[in-house]
Amino acid sequence: MKKLINETDAVIREQMEGMALAYPDQLRISTEPKFIVRTDAPVPAKVALVSGGGSGHEPLHGGFVGMGMLDGACPGEIFTSPTPDQMYACSLAVHSGAGVLLVVKNYTGDLLSFETAAELLHGDGIPVRTVLVDDDVAVKDSLYTAGRRGVGATLLVEKIAGAAAEAGYPLHAVAELAQKVALHSRSMGMALTSCITPAAGKPTFDLGPDEIEIGIGIHGEPGQRRIPIIDADKVTTLLACEILDDPPYTRIVRSFDPETGGWVEQRLTSAPFQPGDRVIALVNSMGGTPVSELYTVYRQLAAICQQRSIHIARTLVGAYITSLDMQGCSITLTRIDDEMLRLWDAPVKTPALRWGV
Amino acid sequence: MISAATITAWLHHAATLLDEHKAYLTDLDAAIGDADHGVNIARGFNTVAQKIAAQPSQSLGLLFKTAGMTLMSAVGGASGMLYGNFFLKAAAVAGDRSTLDDADLLAVLEAGRDGIVQRGRAELGDKTMIDAWTPALATLREALAAEQPLTTALTRCAATAQQAMAATIPLQARKGRASYLGERSVGHQDPGATSTYLLLRSLSETVSNAALSTQDQPT
Repeated sequence: MKKLINETDAVIREQMEGMALAYPDQLRISTEPKFIVRTDAPVPAKVALVSGGGSGHEPLHGGFVGMGMLDGACPGEIFTSPTPDQMYACSLAVHSGAGVLLVVKNYTGDLLSFETAAELLHGDGIPVRTVLVDDDVAVKDSLYTAGRRGVGATLLVEKIAGAAAEAGYPLHAVAELAQKVALHSRSMGMALTSCITPAAGKPTFDLGPDEIEIGIGIHGEPGQRRIPIIDADKVTTLLACEILDDPPYTRIVRSFDPETGGWVEQRLTSAPFQPGDRVIALVNSMGGTPVSELYTVYRQLAAICQQRSIHIARTLVGAYITSLDMQGCSITLTRIDDEMLRLWDAPVKTPALRWGV
Repeated sequence: MISAATITAWLHHAATLLDEHKAYLTDLDAAIGDADHGVNIARGFNTVAQKIAAQPSQSLGLLFKTAGMTLMSAVGGASGMLYGNFFLKAAAVAGDRSTLDDADLLAVLEAGRDGIVQRGRAELGDKTMIDAWTPALATLREALAAEQPLTTALTRCAATAQQAMAATIPLQARKGRASYLGERSVGHQDPGATSTYLLLRSLSETVSNAALSTQDQPT
C-alpha cells in the first residue's frame, strides 16, 4: 500500500486539521467529538443543515460545508458511520433557533445514529427533521434488503436544500424539498479496481485485470455483478439504462416529526424517468479515475439522454462522492423543476463546490 | 440476587471475551459485511470496562447508562447503536436499584432486547442479533417460570443463544449491509448474533462464578 498518510489511527483527524488550515475563513473544526462547521455558524434565523457519514468519500461531506450548502458535517471512521454524540454536538454548534435538518444516507449505521441524534436534539427542545437519501438503483428491492444506498443524490440534496435554507425557507419546507430531490434522483456506479482502506492496507475485494464490477456502493463492498471489461461507451450505456429504465421504486421512509417528537413512516414512490424530463446530470469519479475519462463517459451519457428526450439542464463532472482510491465512476440523474433549478443555480461557497460568489 | 458488583464483573468479562474473539467476529463480518465488527465491538466494550473501573457505582441504572452511552460513542456503525440502545433501555428499567432479583433481571434483559428491536426494526429470521436474543430470552423466561435456579436458567439461555447463532447460517440477510448480498449471504454465520451469544455467555459465566464464590464464603 502506498498512501500519503502518517499513523493510520490519526488519518481522519489530520485530514480535518489540514482542511481547517486550508480554509481558515470558511471552516472551523472540533476534533473531540469530530465535526466540521462553517465559520459563520450559527447563521441567524436560518435552518441549519447537518450531514455526516463514514470518511473515505471526500469531498463529501466536509467539502460541502459553507454558504449555500451544509452548516455542519460529521466524519466517521473510514466507511463507518459517525456517532450520535458527534451529530448532537455539531447540531448544537450550528443551530440558530430555526431548526436543524439532518441529511441521512441510507446505511443502517448512519440511520440508527442519526435517529438517536434527532431524539437527543428534540429532548433539548430543538426543532429537528430528517431526510433520507436512497438513490442507488443497483439495489433492486426494498422489502428484503436494507433498501437502496444513499450515493450521488446526496450532493444534489445538500446543494438544493442548502440554497433553500439560505433563501429563508422554514424547516418543514426545506425538509420537504430535500425529500423531493432525493425521490427524484437515481444513481448507478461501477468499479475498475477495488479501493484500499488505510487500516486494511490491501484491496477490499479482488477484481481481475480484465474484470469490472457493476453496481458497486461507495464502501468497497462487492457490487451487483462482475463482467469482463467493456469500453467506456458500453459502460456508460449500461449505467444510464439501469437509471433510465428503473421502474417505480417504493419504500417506507421513516422521518422525525418535531410536532409529536415521534417517528412517522411514509410510503414514498420514485416515479420513473419519462421523455421530456429535465434533469441535472452528475458524472462522478470514485476517486481513482481521472476527470478526462469522466468526460468520455459524459459524452455518451449526453447522447443517450438526447435519444431518450431527457433534457440535461445542468451538468457536474468530477470527483465528489468517492470511495478512497477506487477507480470507476457513477452517474446520477435528478429530475428537476423550475424551483429546484433556481436553487441549484443559487450561489454556493464551499471547498468543493463554488459558484455565483 | 444479582448485585452491582456482579453486573460490573459481567461487563468486564464481556470485554475480555469479546476481545478474545475479536478476529473471529471480524472474519465473520468480512464474509457478509464490512470486516469491522470484532474490532469495533471489542473497542467499545473495552472502553466500557475502563469507564466503569474509573467510576464504580452501586446504581445499576447508572452502570447500564454508562455502558450504553459509551458503546454509542465508541463503536460507530449499527452494532454500537444497537448494543448501546440495549443498555439504555436496561438502565431505564433498572433505575436506582443496586440489586436485581430473577424477575428483575429478566425484565432488564427483555427491555434491552425490545430496545434493539425498536431501533433496528429487525424481525426474527432477518439474520441479525435478534435471532439470538429472542430465543435465548424465551428460554430464560421459561426456565425461571419453571423455578429453575438462576445459574441453570442462564446456562440454558446461553446454550440457546449458541444454537440460535449457528441457526443464522442458512438464513438470507434482510437487514443491514449483508442484505445487499441477497442469496450470497446464505451459508455464513451472522456476526451480530455471534457477539450476542458471547455477551449472554459472559453473563451466565459471571453469575455462576459469583454464586460459587458466595457458597465458598464461611457462614
